[in-house]
Amino acid sequence: MKPAAFDYLRADHVEQAVEALARHGEDARILAGGQSLMAVLNMRLANPALLIDISRSEPMGQLRVAQGQLCIGAAVTQARVEWRAGLASELPLLALAFPHISHFQVRNRGTVAGSIAHADPSAELALCLLALQGEVLLRRARGRRVVKAADFFTGMLLTARAPDELLEEVRFPLAPAGAGYGFEEFSMRHGDFAVCAVAAVADAQRLRIAVGGVADRPTASDFPLLQGSALDDALNELAWSLDARDEPQASAQLRRQLVRTLGRRAVLQALSNRALERSTA
Amino acid sequence: MTLAFPPLSRDGLHQVQLVLNRQQRTGHAPPRMLLTDFLRDELGATGTHVGCEHGVCGACTVRIDDVACRACLTLAVQVDGRRVDTVEGLTQPDGSLCDLQQAFKRHHALQCGFCTAGILMSCAHWLDRLAAAEAREPTETEVREMLSGHICRCTGYTPIVAAVLEVASARYVGAKASHA
Repeated sequence: MKPAAFDYLRADHVEQAVEALARHGEDARILAGGQSLMAVLNMRLANPALLIDISRSEPMGQLRVAQGQLCIGAAVTQARVEWRAGLASELPLLALAFPHISHFQVRNRGTVAGSIAHADPSAELALCLLALQGEVLLRRARGRRVVKAADFFTGMLLTARAPDELLEEVRFPLAPAGAGYGFEEFSMRHGDFAVCAVAAVADAQRLRIAVGGVADRPTASDFPLLQGSALDDALNELAWSLDARDEPQASAQLRRQLVRTLGRRAVLQALSNRALERSTA
Repeated sequence: MTLAFPPLSRDGLHQVQLVLNRQQRTGHAPPRMLLTDFLRDELGATGTHVGCEHGVCGACTVRIDDVACRACLTLAVQVDGRRVDTVEGLTQPDGSLCDLQQAFKRHHALQCGFCTAGILMSCAHWLDRLAAAEAREPTETEVREMLSGHICRCTGYTPIVAAVLEVASARYVGAKASHA
């Protein structure tokens, strides 16, 4: 289908974008990579009065490392991060997750910030941001605020972003020495939305397990270093706590089972990567 | 601060200038017009096909400033001032097929051909980037991951994979020989 009519503004500077948001609020939508928004518009699930296109903005296309974080500007594509030299050592979890994110052709245009702002409960980048305890920088005409990932995702396609705010930057903390990462996903076909995805982070003392695709938003829980049946018990409890959704393509029961199975695999992967990291350090 | 430019109005037809397959072209589009419809209906470049119109099937894949992406998830007004390459631009100036197209023909990598234009544009970009970034031959798994962004109901993909691997190998060998 074709989108309904809208006005179109190309914003090359963040000030233009936030001023347009201040003026139009909920009637305006930010167009970054458009890989979710354009599909939504084509299916007429949204009908904004104004599209604010930031995709060609140089200031919003900045990708830099600052204060131990990879800071990803609003217009930076997923492909740029994926093909970044050194990503596997800076952010091993992202390197593991990228091949699961839709397809090559979509990652070429889709932005990291756009995926975070869209807040699809099965999105891999949102899951990774939460697993790594990253944060987002929100900008409005009157100022900025930083929101932790744990406070940002508030429900199905819902975030803490106000209608007049632009998601200016996504910040992933770089991997500390001695940490190991695991990522596992099940989808109906390669590149489809995750029925269940699990990210695991293991350091010397603790284990962090994040789950996407099951609840109405990505969730993360911290555990001591668990093994064997203690790990199985913890994953079973986690699976039941997520209020899994029943959908035609996957029952709640299947999703709970996937949390247990993929969870175990991701944790084992994280622990073995951590051991590898230690032996080469 | 005021907006530097007023928005393009929904009711207006706006000029879009682009370089399509190495030729300067100009057309007009309302903001809501998709690049697929602009290429086909406004510029007459019907090589790009329209399938699902929500980014899943891959039939409309074109290259914008070299990057393979979905024309159905792009607005015509977004390519103003940019380079767009479609399947029509793959052939040599004398009309002969490029190495990728020849390999598709040799391997029977198409039957009805509906998906082929998009697949060729994806492969062209992917092979270029692989050669530039890593200068190595791809694995079959990597080729299949790249092709997962396309739906083909005729071939079962196997001949497409074979064609891409063959071209990648030939180009890699050729590049090594020219460096030697």
